[in-house]
Amino acid sequence: MDPIQLRVKRQERPDNEPYWEEFAIPYRAGHNVHSLLMEVQLRPVRADGTATAPVVWDASCLEEVCGSCTMFVNGKIRQACSALVDSLSRPIVLEPMKKFPVVRDLAVDRSRMFESLKRVKAWVPIDGTYDLGPGPRISEEDQQYAYALSRCMTCGCCLEACPQVNSHSEFIGPAAIGQAVLKNLHPSGPLTKEERTAELMGVGGIVDCSNAQNCVMVCPKEVPLTRAIGDMGRQATKKFFRDLFRR
Amino acid sequence: MAEQRYIVVGGGLAGLMTTIKICEAGGEVDLFSVVPVKRSHSVCAQGGINAAVNTKGEGDSTAIHFDDTVYGGDFLANQPPVRAMCDNGPAIIFLLDRMGVPFNRTSEGLLDFRRFGGTKHHRTAFAGATTGQQMLYALDEQVRRFEAEGKVRKFETWEFVNALLDDAGVCRGIVALDLRRMEVQAFVADAVALATGGPGVVFGRSTNSIVNTGTAASAVYQQGAYYANGEFIQVHPTAIPGEDKLRLISESVRGEGGRMWTVRDGKPWYFLEEMYPAYGNLVPRDIASRAVFKVVFEMGLGVDGQNAVYLDVTHKDPEELTRKLGGVLEIYEKFKGADPRVVPMKVFPAMHYSMGGLWVDYDQMTSVRGLFAVGEVDYQYHGANRLGANSLLSCLYGGMVCGPRMLAYAKGLKRAAADAANGFVEHQRKRQADVYERIYRMDGTENAYAIWRQLGEWMTQHVTVERYNKNLKRTDDKIIELKDRWGRIGLNDRGRWLNQEVSFVRQLWNMLELARVITLGALARDESRGAHYKPDFPQRDDAKFLKTTKARWTSDGPELSYEDVDVSLIRPRVRKYDTEKSVAV
Repeated sequence: MDPIQLRVKRQERPDNEPYWEEFAIPYRAGHNVHSLLMEVQLRPVRADGTATAPVVWDASCLEEVCGSCTMFVNGKIRQACSALVDSLSRPIVLEPMKKFPVVRDLAVDRSRMFESLKRVKAWVPIDGTYDLGPGPRISEEDQQYAYALSRCMTCGCCLEACPQVNSHSEFIGPAAIGQAVLKNLHPSGPLTKEERTAELMGVGGIVDCSNAQNCVMVCPKEVPLTRAIGDMGRQATKKFFRDLFRR
Repeated sequence: MAEQRYIVVGGGLAGLMTTIKICEAGGEVDLFSVVPVKRSHSVCAQGGINAAVNTKGEGDSTAIHFDDTVYGGDFLANQPPVRAMCDNGPAIIFLLDRMGVPFNRTSEGLLDFRRFGGTKHHRTAFAGATTGQQMLYALDEQVRRFEAEGKVRKFETWEFVNALLDDAGVCRGIVALDLRRMEVQAFVADAVALATGGPGVVFGRSTNSIVNTGTAASAVYQQGAYYANGEFIQVHPTAIPGEDKLRLISESVRGEGGRMWTVRDGKPWYFLEEMYPAYGNLVPRDIASRAVFKVVFEMGLGVDGQNAVYLDVTHKDPEELTRKLGGVLEIYEKFKGADPRVVPMKVFPAMHYSMGGLWVDYDQMTSVRGLFAVGEVDYQYHGANRLGANSLLSCLYGGMVCGPRMLAYAKGLKRAAADAANGFVEHQRKRQADVYERIYRMDGTENAYAIWRQLGEWMTQHVTVERYNKNLKRTDDKIIELKDRWGRIGLNDRGRWLNQEVSFVRQLWNMLELARVITLGALARDESRGAHYKPDFPQRDDAKFLKTTKARWTSDGPELSYEDVDVSLIRPRVRKYDTEKSVAV
């Protein structure tokens, strides 16, 4: 088998210009993009035989549950660990996410996503961790919806694919809306639902969604993002009228 | 006296629970993690969490959970903390439920429970087959709430370098490396908890995340903390081999009725069911892994002549499989390209968990005063073998002990760290910064990642399922050779910004130190107990080895000593799974 041609878009620091490097990795069955980059660590040499520094990228679990290794693989936003080389066309082209600041090479800073979770208060306001007895009863149907939303691993694919998330917009993006809906769904949700919903009725909130539906198409965990956005839209409308008549 | 300060290193389940407990009592925490805490290795836990809630009319109790755990651990765990953990199980499940963990439900809307290995009871609560991920997210959210209130300061993409020890050897904070700026800083605190997880990466490829290098545990071991029971390494029977990692296929697959088999005389042979009629496919992991080794290597019955056996759920209802096991079946589908609902999975054992870890007392404090350890990095709860779904429980319970004990310890200090901190802080920071400067200057011919791969191959081949003294000795010689080669590493990246190679070189040294603890602990223990199995010494030897191994760092290698195990609650008895467990006396 021919060596695997790999093109990587690199960048030394956040404010430096990016550049491309090519590598040729000896073929072995069973490689994924992560293990290709490990081969570069072992032999950090460009395809032309000159030495370079090993490629830098984020990774942790390698089984698509931690959300770390999101990048563009052949133009598609996905996780490097589950990108199996035998199913990819070659050369394999790797680029960092574009909607988050590059830290170095393929590693990016996604802290805005964690900040968004603070904004929508994506937590259940428990009284404390002491023993207060069993939790509320929940129907299997509600649990299944909650579970589907709760599998969001903050990987950022949905923000990357959303046309409304860009440098001219303050749109919070699909992931955080999904988490707000998840927490509103919990039996204790109504206690803080108003605050969460209000946050998403303001600038950068629910009205900024243009219904392109790219988010559900790229989500590796099949989180029902458009259903969640629809639910939040209805919750916002209800709140709008409630607030109107309360005045 | 200055206000007490607390540091927690590691943002998995144990670290987050410790943090929550401190904040809830009014303390403030500096939380350090190499990855954003939501990406910690706890996300990989699949099958569930044990607690004897007894909702299935089986007469389960926390006492039976305790006995199963001690028996499953081959009596090596000190019993009082295990008893306390099991007794607290139900309350912990209820707490997680209140936090919003989407546990699977019964038709009545109650928590559902399933079977797991080493027990006869439905005792494992689960959220699909991504229970650890769901639990981590719930705790992450609670910590974010404290962060929004200003009670938690997160230092994500920071690496623990070592403990800041004062002249009396008391821990007064930490030295840490900012992985982006590559700068070393000191942080003063009255109490420090390490919740840094297991050492899977020492074995090269394992089911662990690549952040599980054991580097923090090894660093404090080299500073004088005891490392206990290092030789007890759990090999999980069912994983899918890969180039980069060995991906876990959860024990819950068997809990939900999955069967292991291979082909013998042209017919399926359900070897676990035949060898262990009482527990069948739900024997503990050490037993199942040895059975797979026997079938594949001794009998030559691997599937298609490969190192593999079948794990089969094709007889189950596909819709129910998706609801209860979707997350794990999806991993097989994505990484192997076949649907386990239709085709039996091909699996093989893989290094999975370390029962050993930093020695701690019942307050989770290590042998270094002021330094605590909690979660997989401690050795406390699982003895010689951990039962499935007990790790999540031990992380949470350990955190519930650790947080309050840190507060009590710090409040009892005569001098706060901030007052006691003087010249030694900057001196120790500078020393560690100098270590990194020396790494930056390494210009030999060796590649750090190549040394690591060799370490992994040797450890996996000789220090996992079957251990022979001759091979353990050779492995230790090899590790010493690799340490020598470490000194001849040539750095390929001299960048001063997010230089992953530089931090890896330091981790690698720590991995080599820890590898010796694991290997020499195994060499010295001439018996078989739980996950530690020597074919030349097939019996458990309570007279000599019903003892905790304690390793102390010396410049000539680990010095081993032994400590009696507290067996005051359940008298040790023979552990076997082919027949029903005898009743505890």
